[in-house]
Amino acid sequence: MIMTAPMPEPTAKAETRDRVANPLPGRVEYNATKAIPDPSLRMDYIRVSNFNFFYDQTAQVLFDLNMDIPERQVTAFIGPSGCGKSTLLRNINRMNDLIDGVRHEGDILINGHSIYDPYLEVISLRKRIGMVFQKSNPFPKSIYENVIYSLRVAGRKKKSELDDTVERSLRGAALWGEVKDRLHDSAFSLSGGQMQRLCIARAIANRPEILLMDEPCSALDPIATGKIEELIHELKASYTIVIVTHNMQQAARVSDRTAFFYLGRLVEYDETQKVFMNPSNPQTEAYVSGRFG
Amino acid sequence: MFASSQKDRPPGEMFVWFTSMGLAVGLLMIVGLLGFIVWNGVAVFWPKPVAEIRLKDGAPLFRGSASVMGVITKQQPIDVRNLTPEQLAHPDPLVRMEKQLFVGNRNTYGASYVYFNAGDIDSVQYPEGVLNIERMEWGNALVYPIALELKDGTRIEASDPAFPGRFSEIMVEVNKRRAAITKIEKGRIGKINHRMRNLQLDERYLERNKTLSPAQQADLEETRERIRQLQAAYEPLAAEALKMRERQNDHHLLFRLATGEERRQAMGDFVHHFWPNQMNTLHKIGQFLHHAKEFLVAYPREANTEGGIFPSLFGTVVMTLLMSLAVTPFGVLAAIYLREYAKQGPFVRAVRIAVNNLAGVPSIVFGIFGLGFFVYFMGGNIDRIFFPRNVELGVPTFGTGGVLWASLTLALMTVPVVIVSTEEALAAVSRGVRQGALACGASKWQTIQTLVLPASAPGILTGLILAMARGAGEVAPLILVGVVALAPSLPVDSIFPFIHLERKFMHLGFHIYDLGFQSPDSEAAMPMVFATTLVLILLVVVLNLGAILIRNHLKRKYMASAF
Repeated sequence: MIMTAPMPEPTAKAETRDRVANPLPGRVEYNATKAIPDPSLRMDYIRVSNFNFFYDQTAQVLFDLNMDIPERQVTAFIGPSGCGKSTLLRNINRMNDLIDGVRHEGDILINGHSIYDPYLEVISLRKRIGMVFQKSNPFPKSIYENVIYSLRVAGRKKKSELDDTVERSLRGAALWGEVKDRLHDSAFSLSGGQMQRLCIARAIANRPEILLMDEPCSALDPIATGKIEELIHELKASYTIVIVTHNMQQAARVSDRTAFFYLGRLVEYDETQKVFMNPSNPQTEAYVSGRFG
Repeated sequence: MFASSQKDRPPGEMFVWFTSMGLAVGLLMIVGLLGFIVWNGVAVFWPKPVAEIRLKDGAPLFRGSASVMGVITKQQPIDVRNLTPEQLAHPDPLVRMEKQLFVGNRNTYGASYVYFNAGDIDSVQYPEGVLNIERMEWGNALVYPIALELKDGTRIEASDPAFPGRFSEIMVEVNKRRAAITKIEKGRIGKINHRMRNLQLDERYLERNKTLSPAQQADLEETRERIRQLQAAYEPLAAEALKMRERQNDHHLLFRLATGEERRQAMGDFVHHFWPNQMNTLHKIGQFLHHAKEFLVAYPREANTEGGIFPSLFGTVVMTLLMSLAVTPFGVLAAIYLREYAKQGPFVRAVRIAVNNLAGVPSIVFGIFGLGFFVYFMGGNIDRIFFPRNVELGVPTFGTGGVLWASLTLALMTVPVVIVSTEEALAAVSRGVRQGALACGASKWQTIQTLVLPASAPGILTGLILAMARGAGEVAPLILVGVVALAPSLPVDSIFPFIHLERKFMHLGFHIYDLGFQSPDSEAAMPMVFATTLVLILLVVVLNLGAILIRNHLKRKYMASAF
C-alpha cells in the first residue's frame, strides 16, 4: 500500500465504534465475491457507520447511512440531485466542516480510524485524501506549481523530489505527454479536459490513499470524459476511488460497486453489475432504467 | 402606416435624457476644471512678448513717464463703481476696459502688476532689444540693456554684436558658480552644521548642571574641543564660499527701464535671461521646456513665489509612498480578518459600518487625532525614551510634526478605502480555488497566502490607488502634523541615516494654499498656484498610472477565465 505517513493505530474509541456498528448485508455479500484480486485489501477501508448529517440543527440531509467502501476499487455514488451523494463524499475528507452550522451523528472510519477523532488534524486527513471537483479548479499558477501545490504547503522543497512528483503525477493523470514542454505555462492555457486532468494530477501528487471525485466529467465533452474514465481505470490499481456521477453509463463503465441514494438514504449498495442488471429495490430499478431522476 | 403618437411612446423614455444630462453635467465640470488648470498652468511657462506702451497725452503718467514696458496679461472691464460719468457716457467701450500689465522690476516699481485704462493707451509696440531677466531676488526685470561692465574695466555696449554672446557666457559662468556654492553650503557645510548642532545640544545639556563631576567635566571639555575642531573645519569652507560669492559680483550689467531709470546690477544676481521679442516658435518651445524643467527641479526662492517646487514635489511623493507602505498591510490584514476569519454576524456588520463611516469623518479631525496621538503621545514618548537630552532642552525630535506622523495620519484616514476594496476582492475569489487548496491539505492561512491574496492583489491595488489619490491631495490634516511652507532640508538626503522621518516637509497641496492665500502678493503668485496645481494633479495621475500598470500586470498573471 502506498502511504506517505503511517496511519495511527486505531484508538480504543474507534474500535468500540467499530464493534457497535451495524454490519451491513452488502458488506457481508461483498466479502463473498471473487472480484477481489488481493485478499490483503480491506473490504471496509472506508466505513460509514450510522451516519446522520444536518446542514443546521433541523435540516437533515443524510439519514442513518451504513456502508463499507472497499480498498482500491471504484465505488460510484448515484442518485437524483439533492439525494445527498455529494454531501457524503465531501464528508469523507471533512470538506463540509467549512460550512457554518453543520452537524453530524455517527462516524466515518478510514482503515478503522475515525476521521472525527479529536486528535486527528483535519489537514493531515486531507493530505491523505485527494479530491477532484465538478468544475475544474486549477490555481492561477503554472502547471508545475499546480501539481506540487500539496507538497509546497507541506513544506517540501527538494527540487528533485518536486520534479519527480510533477512527472509521476502528470503521467498518472495521462497529461505528461501533452504538457511536458510547457510545465511553466499558466494552468489556464490548458483546455477544459486537460484542466480536469491537471486537477487529478494535483490530487494524486501527494500519494493519497483515497481519491474522491465529485462529478469529475460533468463539464467535459465526450472525448475528455473518455480520457478521464480510462484514467480512473488505471488509478484504481493504486487508489481507493469514490466517484459521484449523474451519468449512469459512466457509473456502469468505471465502477466496481455502486451505491444508489435517494432523499438522503442509501437505497441500494452492491456490485455495479448487480445494481444495474438486477437491482433488488424497485426504486433503484426505476432510477437506473431512467424512469425517474 | 404606423404613425407615431404620444401614446405609443414607451413610458420612462424621457428619463434616459435625464440620466445622460446628469453624466454630461458631470463630464463638463471635470473637463472644464481640468482644462482651466492645464491651460493656465501650462501658459505660465510659455515666454510671452514684452510690450512697450505709450500713454496718451493727458493720461495719468506711470512714475512720471508716459512709456511703460510689460507683458500684457489680461484685459477686463473696469469695476463700474470706479468709473467716472464721462467714462460711462463715452461711446467707445474700450474706455471702460483696463489692461493688466506685468511690469516686473519689483525693486523699482514696488509691485509686479499694474493696471492701465485701455482708453489711455496710445500705442503698443514690441521693441526687439528688450531683455527679460530672472533674478535671485525681486522677480523678473524687463529692461533695455545698455552695456556690460566687466571686472577688468572693459565695457561692451549693447549695440556691440558680441554683447548677447558674452552676456550668455557670463550667465553660464555665474550659474555654475552658484551651483558650486550651493553644493558647499548644503553639502559639506550642511553636514558640519548637523554635527555641530548635536554637539552644541550636548554642550548645553552639560552646562545645565550646576556642579559637574570630573567625568562630566571631561565630557564637556571633549565636546567643546570637538566643536572647536568642527569650527576649524567649517571656516575654510565658509571662506571658500564667501570668496566664490564675491566673484559673483565681478561683472555688472548696466540697463535702462522703459520709465527712464538707469540701474547697475551684478551679474551674480541673475538666474536666467531671454530676449522675449526676438524669438521664433522653436526658441519659445525651448524656453518653455527650460522653464518647466526649472519649475520641477529648482528650489523655491522669495517665500516660494519664485523658483521651483522641487522640495514640495519630493515631500509629497515621499509622504504618499510612506502612507501607502503603512496603509496597505494595515488595511489588508484587517480586511482578511473581517472577511476570512471573523464569524459573520451583527458584530462584524457593525464593525464594517463603523469602518465605512470612518471614511466620512472630516479630514481635519484626523489631523487633530494625529497631532494628539501620533505627535504628542507616540512622538513624545519616543523622545522621552530615546532622546532624553533633547526633551530636557526643549528640542523635540519625534514629538513634533514630521513626515512619519503625517504619513501615518493619512494612512489612518485612507484605511477604510483599502479595507473595503480588499474585502470585495477577497470575496470575489472563487470557492472552487479555496476548496481545491484545502483539499490539497493546505491550512486556511496557507490558502489565503498562496492563492487568495495573490488573486485579490488587483482589487487591493485598486483600493490603494483610491487611497493614494485621496491622500496625496489632502492638506488640512497635514497642517497639524508636519507640513511647513519652507522646509530647510528634504526628508531624504546624504546625511546618515539618510531617511529622516522626523523632519518637517513641504507638500504641493499646502504649497498651493500658502502661495495663493498667504503670500504678500497673491496676484504675482497666481501663475505659480496654477502651475503647482497642475503638477499636483499630474503627480496623482502618475502615481495612479503606476499602480494601474502594476494592477494590469497582476490581472494578466492571475487571469482567472476558467472560473
